[in-house]
Amino acid sequence: MIPIQPVSQDDQMVIEVKDLAVHFAVFQGRVPAVNGVSFTIERGKTLGVVGESGCGKSVTGLSIMHLLPTPPAELVGGEIIFHRLSTGEVIDITKLSPQSAEMRSIRGNDIAMIFQEPMTSMTPAYTIGEQIMEAVILHQKVNKREARQRAVEMLDRVGMPQPGRNVDSYPHQLSGGMLQRAMIAAALSCQPSLLIADEPTTALDVTTAAQILDLMGQLQDEMGMAIMHVSHNLGVVAEVANEVAVMYLGRIVERSSVDDLFYNPKHPYTRGLMHSIPQIGQRQRLEPIRGVVPEPDAIPKGCAFAPRCPLFSPATCPPIVPPSVTVGPGHEVLCYRYDS
Amino acid sequence: MASEAGLSAPDTKLSPDTVDQELAPYAASTAEWVGLSQGQLIWRRFRRSRMALIGMVVLIILYIGMLFCEFFSPYLLNTRFTDNIFEPPTLPRWVDAEGQFHLRPFIYKYDRKVNRETLEMTYTADTSKMYPIYFFVQGEPYKLWGIIATNIHLYGINDKKVPIFIWGSDRQGRDLFTRCLYGSRVSLTIGLVGVFLTIIFGTTLGVTSGYFGGRIDDFVQRFSELLMSIPQIPLWMALAAIVPVTWPPLRVYFGITIILSFLSWGGLARQLRSKTLSLREEGYTLAAKAGGGSDWWVISRHLIPNNASHIIVVATLAVPSMILAETALSFLGLGIRAPMTSWGVLLEEAQNVKTIVLNPWLLIPAFLVILTVLGYNFLGDGLRDAVDPYTR
Repeated sequence: MIPIQPVSQDDQMVIEVKDLAVHFAVFQGRVPAVNGVSFTIERGKTLGVVGESGCGKSVTGLSIMHLLPTPPAELVGGEIIFHRLSTGEVIDITKLSPQSAEMRSIRGNDIAMIFQEPMTSMTPAYTIGEQIMEAVILHQKVNKREARQRAVEMLDRVGMPQPGRNVDSYPHQLSGGMLQRAMIAAALSCQPSLLIADEPTTALDVTTAAQILDLMGQLQDEMGMAIMHVSHNLGVVAEVANEVAVMYLGRIVERSSVDDLFYNPKHPYTRGLMHSIPQIGQRQRLEPIRGVVPEPDAIPKGCAFAPRCPLFSPATCPPIVPPSVTVGPGHEVLCYRYDS
Repeated sequence: MASEAGLSAPDTKLSPDTVDQELAPYAASTAEWVGLSQGQLIWRRFRRSRMALIGMVVLIILYIGMLFCEFFSPYLLNTRFTDNIFEPPTLPRWVDAEGQFHLRPFIYKYDRKVNRETLEMTYTADTSKMYPIYFFVQGEPYKLWGIIATNIHLYGINDKKVPIFIWGSDRQGRDLFTRCLYGSRVSLTIGLVGVFLTIIFGTTLGVTSGYFGGRIDDFVQRFSELLMSIPQIPLWMALAAIVPVTWPPLRVYFGITIILSFLSWGGLARQLRSKTLSLREEGYTLAAKAGGGSDWWVISRHLIPNNASHIIVVATLAVPSMILAETALSFLGLGIRAPMTSWGVLLEEAQNVKTIVLNPWLLIPAFLVILTVLGYNFLGDGLRDAVDPYTR
């Protein structure tokens, strides 16, 4: 049975992920894509998740939506506790079946998602209005006319010019930025309490990206939703997040408030990332992180970053996964080099 | 444009008006298709293909003939003129034997002579009396679509003893034109009904097989391969043998349709499966699921509509093979049986050398089949080009 507890109005927690582990069964065997990830997001707050390709950012996002393709993916352990405001329940999403009616009623309604490529995430066969109406019709007892009304309103709110006309446009008639706005409108049409944004600005040029980020911030202030913002762009994360989780090979190696992370990075990997960003006005050589990400079937025992770490020494870093060390208020690092 | 103008005449500055003027032809050329719906865009591209338009017109004519076959034909399906068997086509004339022109078309009666030695029948026109053709004449009573009782036929002659066979008559003295029109009821609809069933089988099985993959996929694909690997004609014969002889013609017709469509969904299912395999990886499939859609929602709302253009084209191109299959079955005597008529049944009578030598007009149904098949093929080709948004 799913443990159900009431959520009170003053409960600020939206989602708690505890020790989430997802493995992928591939030809060579099993590959851990996410290996013991824990974090929480409170109402109105944004968690930025950064990391390079393949570190498990997107898999974490899809796990919360319960949309991992199984097989090859397999949920090995952990809990995803969702505080569902609309019904006042506390639900462990991992205990639900992916296609169950309850999970489907959460998807798109309480947890919504924005995708990386607005051009391919819209069905070419329908107008954007029809696609915004889709979630509304699926989740709320409204007729088509009201749903359309809602779609026009949402388009207006996300800053779509001529919403009454563009509601009938097909995806190919709009630009990438417009489509991303339409997708945000679709995701927010049911007023979700958690929004998972999977690299929402990657496919856009910087000007449009900045507009979209502004818009998301504005709508977050209005609606008070929590956002999990997945990105590989540190600049974007610095802009939008309250808290940042840095992921490396399926683990969160450092988690702290956004200011702490950028002004006082602790983990050697985070530091390496900071050093590899060119600074305007400084004519120094960039300091890259040595080596390459190991192949998924050759991940070292213990600290996964060890082979590339400038601080690595066999004396201090045993081949056991390092414990999480609290180095400051709300600042945790997965590294042997720090003492609590 | 702006930079070129700047190079040739560096002093002239481009005002907004000049820019508007320079962009005007471009605006005019795009304005005509801006804001058109998908259907209107397809129609625009479709119109450009002349063969497809001709195909469509031919099919429309054939289908109108089919819908109102009782009205267009001068006689009923089984009206017999026992004295006029194997009569050659009587073409309407305007100029009589004396070389005089008449505005109203007329025919001459045929006189039959039988050669005593060879039993060969020769028909010669009897030019002594003209039989004028009248339009909207009263003839044998019928019920249009089984509802409207009337006796008006499009054309005919007032002397009911003299037949008008514009495409000749068969071995029982029945009008071939009438029989072709009635036969088109079966031949032209079996394709549509059959393809409709094929689409239902093929789409559901193909899309589910591609979407779910795994065991369902294996089962559907192996089963369709099994069906496709059996030689067609023996399989038809076996299945046609299942249809009991005692069944009324209408039920035989539906039996045959179901058999034909049951055998032909394999190709469509395989094509849709492979399209679905790529479509299910598209962002919008994931987006629809993330929006809370069930599997059935994703299939019916996103995968099938995105396959629709392909389905339409495959369907159009599948109609002729359906028609040909029915014709082949009836030609072999396995399909539709008398008293029901189809073009295949009519061609069954033209199965020997004697017919081709002496009564070649009995092959007219074959030309109708060719006309229909070509019409559908051209229409399908045009549609395929028109629905593909990447053609210019």
